Amino acid sequence: MSLTILNAVVAVVAAIAFAAANAAYLVWAERRGAGRIQRRPGPNVNGPLGLLQPPCDGIKLMTKQLMIPGGADKALFMVAPVLAMAPAIMSFVTIPFSETIVAHSMNVGVLMIFAFASLGGMSILLAGWGSRNKYGVMASVRAVSQNISYEVPMLITVITIVMMAGTMNLKELVAAQAGGIWNWNLIPSLSSPLMPVSFLIFFICSLAETNRAPFDLGEAESELVAGFHTEYGSMGFGLFFMGEYANIVIGASLITILFLGGWDCPLGLFPGVWWFLLKIYMLIFSFIWIRWTFPRTTIYGLLNLSWKILIPISLFNLLLTAGLLKVF
Amino acid sequence: MGAYFSEIFLGLKSLAIGLGITFKEFFKPVVTVPYPYKTLKMSDRYRGHIELIENEDGKPKCVACGMCQRACPSGCISLASKSVEYEVEVKGEMKTKKKKVLTKYDLNFTTCSLCGQCVESCGFGAITFSKDYNLASFRKEDFHFDLLNRLKERNA
Repeated sequence: MSLTILNAVVAVVAAIAFAAANAAYLVWAERRGAGRIQRRPGPNVNGPLGLLQPPCDGIKLMTKQLMIPGGADKALFMVAPVLAMAPAIMSFVTIPFSETIVAHSMNVGVLMIFAFASLGGMSILLAGWGSRNKYGVMASVRAVSQNISYEVPMLITVITIVMMAGTMNLKELVAAQAGGIWNWNLIPSLSSPLMPVSFLIFFICSLAETNRAPFDLGEAESELVAGFHTEYGSMGFGLFFMGEYANIVIGASLITILFLGGWDCPLGLFPGVWWFLLKIYMLIFSFIWIRWTFPRTTIYGLLNLSWKILIPISLFNLLLTAGLLKVF
Repeated sequence: MGAYFSEIFLGLKSLAIGLGITFKEFFKPVVTVPYPYKTLKMSDRYRGHIELIENEDGKPKCVACGMCQRACPSGCISLASKSVEYEVEVKGEMKTKKKKVLTKYDLNFTTCSLCGQCVESCGFGAITFSKDYNLASFRKEDFHFDLLNRLKERNA
């Protein structure tokens, strides 16, 4: 019994450490990447290549005073940043990094991750509402409508995959794709000829779910000051940021697990955690790349994309795959 | 229906083109000049505050005629001179002549509007625009330039 508790504690600590380290250094990677794309160096003063920038930022955020604006709903205001971070950490618990490195492999792993991912929208709503700021409220209304409309095509796509593999366990989902790139879900097979399209839909949806550019309407700086975290400073803001980057890692992990064969090597050799990490960091690079390429969409363009394009196509894909699974 | 799909494909294509452009930019060298550590050379047409030009002997070319002082709309130039006698050989015999020598040339940069009237009015080509631009200071006195002194320091 005590060993199980120890196991759980170690898993949670490792998950938090992984999420925090990623959040810190993804900010650095993001700024360096943005710099390269815009042909400037990015942060390069603190330490070699600016690698000491994240600890400096962290210390700055932690030593600042936590201000609560007058008239704000104190309870909601304080809960919201925690609610942004906690689900992200929870989702790490069930993500398998390799055959053996998984904190707790669950039969309903996919479902659990999506349940917690939905909580992220809640934290944005509470933050905007609780801080009693018109920009915050506007931003949170936008972000929530966006989160809801992009969850639908995302889940439909996941249903397609779950249907093919016949399991919701993330480990078994990866095991079903083992043995090389031709077994991955990304590659179209007889029973699912539209898989690359599904991948694209899932990729777009995970961008939208993490509230990142070009879908960053929740914190549209040019229109809404800083969106839902306008009133947050200090570590409240820090938690939102960590939550955002942890969500990016989770999104990349999910894409890897569902479409890119998890820890499987493209050629079927030496499967292991390094392949998983390589894949998620390549995906994260593409997130950064996309963020610094495209301008922000309008709210109508964003919702139209989901309801008029992504949902019909993913529904069609679901029906097609269901039919073809019966045939083959 | 055809328009619907062609719109999607065209949209995706344009997105891919955009990504291609930023991907190429990613691997190009950085063009930013890290300013305090490295600076750019100012162009020839850069108009900073004024500076005296020296002649071959390292003395100012200025003959202290005072045209610049009069041309300045803000009255920020003040100069002083003294008469100096000197001997010149003219047709085999020595003659004493007088000339004005600059003893003070102050520029009050706090009121200067960088219009360049002084440079234009100078008939002897004795003043020019400096290329200095790191001039920020908290003290007013730092903007009272002693141009004679600056020339001396430049030569030193």
